[in-house]
Amino acid sequence: MIGSKLKETFDGVVSLLIGLKITFKNFLKPNLTVHYPRKTVKPEELTGYRGHIELVPKPENPFVPRCIGCGLCRDICPSGCIEVRSKRIAEEKEIHTPHFGLQDTPLDLTRKVAPPQKTKIEIVSFELNYNYCSLCGLCVQNCPAGSLRFSKDIYLASFSSRDFEFDLLKRLEKQAQARLKEEEEWTK
Amino acid sequence: MIDLSTIPSPLVQIVIGLIGVLAFVGLNGLVCVYLERKVAGHIQRRPGPFEVGPHGILQPLADAVKLVAKQMITPKGADPILYWAAPLISFAPAIACFLPLPFGPKLQNVSINVGLILILAFSSLNVLALCLAGWSSQNKWSLLGAARDIAQSVAYEIPLLLSLLPIILLTGSLNLAEITQTQGPWPWQWLVVKQPLAFIIFFVCVFAETNRAPFDLPEAESELTAGFHTEYSGMGFGLFFLAEYSYMVVGCALASILFLGGYQGPVASGWWWFLLKVYALLLVMMWVRWTYPRVRFDQLLNLAWKWFIPLSLLNILITALVVKL
Ligand code: SF4
Ligand code: SF4
Repeated sequence: MIGSKLKETFDGVVSLLIGLKITFKNFLKPNLTVHYPRKTVKPEELTGYRGHIELVPKPENPFVPRCIGCGLCRDICPSGCIEVRSKRIAEEKEIHTPHFGLQDTPLDLTRKVAPPQKTKIEIVSFELNYNYCSLCGLCVQNCPAGSLRFSKDIYLASFSSRDFEFDLLKRLEKQAQARLKEEEEWTK
Repeated sequence: MIDLSTIPSPLVQIVIGLIGVLAFVGLNGLVCVYLERKVAGHIQRRPGPFEVGPHGILQPLADAVKLVAKQMITPKGADPILYWAAPLISFAPAIACFLPLPFGPKLQNVSINVGLILILAFSSLNVLALCLAGWSSQNKWSLLGAARDIAQSVAYEIPLLLSLLPIILLTGSLNLAEITQTQGPWPWQWLVVKQPLAFIIFFVCVFAETNRAPFDLPEAESELTAGFHTEYSGMGFGLFFLAEYSYMVVGCALASILFLGGYQGPVASGWWWFLLKVYALLLVMMWVRWTYPRVRFDQLLNLAWKWFIPLSLLNILITALVVKL
């Protein structure tokens, strides 16, 4: 009884000393912060920063998000701030009509046969109400298509909560246009 | 440096000493605030105050001006006399504690043979001040802070005094200058070598008596907003603040006089050695503050009653036996 108590105390004292060692080491290490107005961190170095979420475009088409409309992000968000609407549309392909050479056969094949249609998902709208977002990151972690990421806008500020209701599809479009413009200027 | 003992009239000597002490206390407040914030900053890997003056060195001065210029508000329902008496009762004894401290071989205000008792008695008055502040504020947080402070001080006063008894047994004196002289200039001649346990107990009790983290329950900002000084504004708060830093200096000064040889050092003994030791101990106090989380109240009392009091009693017993044999 007394032995275990003494051991506990001894371990406690040792852990206190370890704590002091850790803070002392950190005291000697260089600062991690920068002197803000005189120095800033480049957006690409803001690796740990969490702005509001935004959509990631498809590699082949910067205007279309990678999103497959599964709705997982909307369901998992603890604050209910994501609203995704998608619809299924047929992929444009030539319509199969029955072979005319077979018209005489007893089987009635004159009616148009529904071909095995291929459909794809189109995202109609993707809205984020950032006012309620807790930046927990669950949506980013769980998106099966890797279609969500945190934005890096550190200067986001406004007087109206309306400004924090984002249409992420429009945002993606704007970003894509800006990128196209940039590329054009590069090529000139 | 002036030799205080050559001034003829004791009254003039005390007045000059008091002015010196007041100047020192004010300056020390500025230095300590700056050090504290720098230490906190660098432990958390940030620069601390940086904008006012080179490396933020004028920041505490700016803060002091702000505190002085602020309006002093008495809350509705507070007892106006007790409420404003409390910061004074907290600060005034802190000044008295500096008088018997031997800063250097000739640099001592009043050389009395009960210097140690005087300091311990005056520093205990701080509890009364915090109790009054909490009681008269008409605020539940203040009252809770005051209640915690009394329980804490009562618990820690005992091991604090008990840990000093072996020193008195060994040196046979209560005069701080004499205690300093019984130790030599070299570290192995200091009393900390003979009494390491007493030194540790004393130093931890100083943390608790000055309400420093991890024993800062009376002002626990995350639980009680600011504890006993929640309602104080302007210099009312400023005085509590100054008093806290002064008591820290008194505690560290006592530790360095009793255990670390006071103003004596390996080369060229003098007041610089004393200040060096005091500020080194102060830095340790700040270092500890920014390392540990606050203890729970039962842990705080357990530590005092179950560990420090029995250990210091044991220490006295052993020392008494060794001295007698
Ligand atoms: S989880 Fe990803 S793929 Fe699914 S709806 Fe959200 S963004 Fe689209
Ligand atoms: S970060 Fe969390 S709170 Fe914000 S949208 Fe994603 S899931 Fe919702």
